[in-house]
This record gives sequence, structure tokens and C-alpha cells, in this order.
Amino acid sequence: MARIESEVGTPQGGFMKWIDDRFPFTATMKYHVTEYYASKNFNFWYVFGVLSMLVLVMQFISGIFLTMNYKPDAAEAFASVEYIMRDVEWGWLIRYMHSTGASFMFIVVFLHMFRAMLYGSYRKPRELLWIIGMMIFFTLMAEAFAGYLLPWGQMSYWGAQVIISLFGAIPFIGDALVEIIRGDYSISDITLNRFFALHVIVIPLALIALVFVHIVALHEVGSSNPDGIEIKNKKGPDGIPLDGVAFHPYHTAKDLVAIIIFLMFFSAVMFFAPDLGGYFLEHANFEPANMQVTPEHIAPIWYFTPFYAILRAVPNKLWGTILFAAAVMLPIFLPWLDRSRVSSIRYRGWIYKMALTLFVVSFISLGWLGMQPAEQIYVVWARIFAVMYFAFFLLMPYYTAIDKTKPVPDRVVYHG
Amino acid sequence: MGKFMKSITCLVVLMIGASAFAASGEIELEKAGNDPGNTASLQRGARNFMSYCAGCHSAIYVRYKSIARDLELNEEQLIDNLMFNAERPFETIQASMPASDAARWFGRAPPDMSLMARAKGTDYIYNFLRGFYLDPDSPTGVDNLHLSGTSMPNVLWELQGYQRAVFVAGEADEAGTAPHVFDGFESVTTGTMSAKEFDEFVRDTVNFLEYISEPIRRTRRVLGVWVLLFLSFFLFVSWKLYKDIWKDVPK
Repeated sequence: MARIESEVGTPQGGFMKWIDDRFPFTATMKYHVTEYYASKNFNFWYVFGVLSMLVLVMQFISGIFLTMNYKPDAAEAFASVEYIMRDVEWGWLIRYMHSTGASFMFIVVFLHMFRAMLYGSYRKPRELLWIIGMMIFFTLMAEAFAGYLLPWGQMSYWGAQVIISLFGAIPFIGDALVEIIRGDYSISDITLNRFFALHVIVIPLALIALVFVHIVALHEVGSSNPDGIEIKNKKGPDGIPLDGVAFHPYHTAKDLVAIIIFLMFFSAVMFFAPDLGGYFLEHANFEPANMQVTPEHIAPIWYFTPFYAILRAVPNKLWGTILFAAAVMLPIFLPWLDRSRVSSIRYRGWIYKMALTLFVVSFISLGWLGMQPAEQIYVVWARIFAVMYFAFFLLMPYYTAIDKTKPVPDRVVYHG
Repeated sequence: MGKFMKSITCLVVLMIGASAFAASGEIELEKAGNDPGNTASLQRGARNFMSYCAGCHSAIYVRYKSIARDLELNEEQLIDNLMFNAERPFETIQASMPASDAARWFGRAPPDMSLMARAKGTDYIYNFLRGFYLDPDSPTGVDNLHLSGTSMPNVLWELQGYQRAVFVAGEADEAGTAPHVFDGFESVTTGTMSAKEFDEFVRDTVNFLEYISEPIRRTRRVLGVWVLLFLSFFLFVSWKLYKDIWKDVPK
């Protein structure tokens, strides 16, 4: 009987060919990993993307194990966390990994976003990449907020109370909306259950999808670099950017070093100061939620305090909420607010450098003020820094347009 | 790092430093100065807790068995010295007084002590336990400097003796009202312990409370050292790998 060689005959490419005929494995690996070229002069600031991916994975893994032991029940939630801390084998490590991870996630994401502001990574053609990134940031805030209710401590309860009540400031639908979010007339077992569902299923799924899209978009436009120039414009005869090196093995080897240094910082906190003096685990959250006793001082966890300070700086609740939302969302418009001829801080003039410095000062100051009691002096300072924060964005079209810039080189340069 | 980066970094460091100066206007707390690594102190603290606290205060997340393990006690020592209110070592610390009765007698049930040290801090508890003073208007005969109107009686009076709080008129504000300012305690009756012995007694008790608030503390610190050592070694290997892979990339 005649057999057709090409159909059933001797394997020609081995196992990988068999796979590749059915799924573009090798092509995908090449496109995204071994033949994805990124600038060779990446500095310190370029590690936070991969670090946020690392923390995300750590949060997923520790979160899965927490879910196996945690009880989303108002009567049992607090006790189940202590059960994890004391009775579950290695439960304390899993829990600290997750709670420390939440704070470190925001540290690396804030630094990742700051990198984009330093080197103009959000600029054309990376506007969509930036917007997707901002959507990840919003989703992350929602994830952290939902997760913070779950330990069912005093700060979980009252922090959620304050933030959910903000929706009540929306005219006409506010009160109904608050009830829909809580599922009850106050924060209760029902709220805890739905926040658990949001925290472990809905929002993580959205996060995975958004991170995937973020990376697809990144690999379409290519990574930026500290000089803010396009390495694709200078290619060698082989079609490879002259200033680019393959993601693997070059950038993976570099990232591995960064990952280990990061893990050392992470471990130092997790093993030696998991509550970090009340910043990563708030003291009041070691008391079970009690709807009859309001803590004397309600402060959200540190990564929300810059925005919370802005909220509190406004005497009117509706306007406070609007400015709170505006402060979170404004960075989305950076690609269009920035009118400079150059992307990178290296070639910008003194005006942008000063503006960015003031922005950093205002952001950190607001973060500190948001933790303080709402006394007059702190509120006044919060107003001053809130004006600085908004001015950075709203005045950007003017000051970036008039700012003197330096000539941009053709090829990437190394700085000492 | 460029000049701009350096100035930004300096700024951030300065600001973090400045935030450490945030002070509050409350009565200053003396440092507890306890050492959770001191097993003998923890053992004394456990004895103090079981003798003076556990009648009213539970520690519902704490198992007797784990206390024995961490405080290096054998089962016999545990049963004879600490387990007054439990049948088996794996049980948790329950208060002898039923919470419903306590709420009726004292106005509120005494809080659970499992996490008190993490919620309030050891310094606070150390000062609170030493801060009872005579107050004839209070139903318990005493008030507390650090928690005015507390429903907790001074259970340690026998050891400490009774003391009086001295208040002096502070600087008058614009309206002419002068606030009461605390100006130290004055001994009224002496207790069975000297002031120094009593401070030690409270320190040991607070130490035990800190231990039960996070029994894994010692383990995680020891493990942390090994993890960091491992990561340092791994950092060295990865650095070599990085240098080797990048050696053919022209600067």
C-alpha cells in the first residue's frame, strides 16, 4: 500500500515541529522573548515592570493558599486569619507574603509609573500602552481595596465604610449606589462575601487580561529607553536594532539580578518587620471589626493616603470625591498634556525637572498628610500640596512647550 | 545615576526622615523595654498572666501547647503552673469569668488579650498597667491615666500599692481656662513589691503579651537570616551570570 511520506512518514522536525505545525510556539517565543529587542542601556528604573509581574505572581500563589484557609464570614473572618497565623503550617509565611506583597506591589508600580514620567515612556506611539497601564493601576486599587476588607479588622471595616460612603456623594443615585455596593444598609457579612468574590475572582481575572494586553501592546511598539529615542530607527544589516539586545538571555539575566535584590528587600520586611511600624499592617486592624466602636483615627493604608489627603482637603464631600477621582485619573492624559519636543528627562530643560521634583514632593507629602488626623494645619498643607499636584498636570501643556531642551542623540548613551 | 536622580533620591530620603518627627500631644509613654527573646522573662510573664489576667481576660487564639513549646516548658510544668482553666494542652486560653456576666458587672466584657500588644503596642500596656490612681468618683475606686474612665479595676494594687495622681494647672489658653496637666504619681499605700520589682513584674507580663500576639516572631527572624544569606549567595551567582552574558555587548 502506498503511503504518503509527508503525512505519516519520518518525523522531520521532531517534537517541536509537531507542536509548531499546530501551535505557533517557536514563533511566539521568538517574537516575545528570544528575538524581542530592547535597548541595551536600560538603567535601574527599568526593572519595575518585571518586578510588578513577579509580585503579581507571588500575590496569586500566596492568595490561593490563603483562600484555602480563610473564611469569608463576618463571624469567622478575623479568627480565620489568626488561625492562619498560628495553626496553619507555614500559614504565617503565606499571610505575611500576601500582606507585604500588597504594599510592595504599590511600591514597584508607583516606581514603574514614575519611570514613564522620567523618560516619557507614555509618549507616541506608546499612548495606548500607557492607558492600559493606568487601567491596571485602577484595577489594582480596586483589588487592594476589596482585599483590605477581608481580615475584618477595625481598619478594614471603617476604612471601607469611609471609602464606600464616597459614592453617596454622587447626586441622585448616590445612596442607591452605596446600597448596591454594600448589599446592605451598613457594611456587613454580605459586603464581606461579595468583596471576597471580587477580590479572588473578578478583579484578578481582569488583572490577568489587562497585564496580557499591556505586554502585547508593549511588544508591538517596543520598549522605550532612558534617551527617549526609537532604537528601531537604526537597524543593522540583519534587521536588528543596533542598540537593542534580545530580551532573552540579555535582559532576563539582568532582571534576575534585580529580582534577587528586590527579594532581599522584600524578605527583610517580611521576616523582620512585617507590619513595618504600622504602615504595612495597621495597628488598629489587630482588633476585630466592631460596628459600634469607631476608631479615633481612621487612615487608609499608605498607598491610598496621597489621594485620601486630597479628598479630605476639600470641605465639600461631592467636590472632594470629584478631586479624589481626578487625582487618580489625571495621569491618563499625560501623553497629550506633554508638549515637549523631547521625551527623556536627560534632554529636558530645568522647568520640567523642577515641575517633576515638585510633583514628587507633593505626592509624598500628601501621602504623609493623609495618615495624619484631620487637624486644621494638616488640611491646610494638604490643600497646598493638592494644588501643586494638580498644577503639575494641568499646567503641563504650557511649561513643557516653553521649556528649553537639549539636542537628542541618534544612538542610546550610557550614563555613569 | 544622573544629577537629577541624585537630587530626587536625596529629597525622598530627607522627607522620609522629616516625617519621623511627627509627634503627638498625648502623655508620653515610658518605654516598656521588654525583650521577647528572653525566655525566662516570658515564663514569668506567663505565670503573671495566668495568675492576674486570665480570670477576666481570654486569649482565645493562644493554645497552651504552643506556649509550652515556645517557652521551653514540659507538659507537667505547663499543667501545674499555667493550665488552671483548661483540661487539655491543645485548648486555648479562656477567661474564667463568663463574658456575659462580665459585661453586666463591668459595663463591657474585658477584651481578648491575644492581639492586644499588636493593636495597642507594648509601651501602652506597660504604662496602662502602671497608670491606675485613686479616684473616689469611680465605681472601681480607681481611674487610669492612659484610659480615662476605664471599667478595669486595679487588679495589681496588692503588688503596687495605691497611688495618687498629681495634676497641676497648665498654661492657660486664650479663654483663660487652664488645662489639668499630669505631674507624676504619689504613693498612698505601699504594696508587697518595691517600685522597681513592680516595673519588672509588669515588664514580664507585657513581654508575654507581646509573645502571644505573634508567637511566630522568633522563628521568622531566625529563618529570615537564612533566607537573606541564601539570597546573597544567589545574588553573587546571578551577578556572575549577568556579567558573563553581557560581556560581548559593546557599550
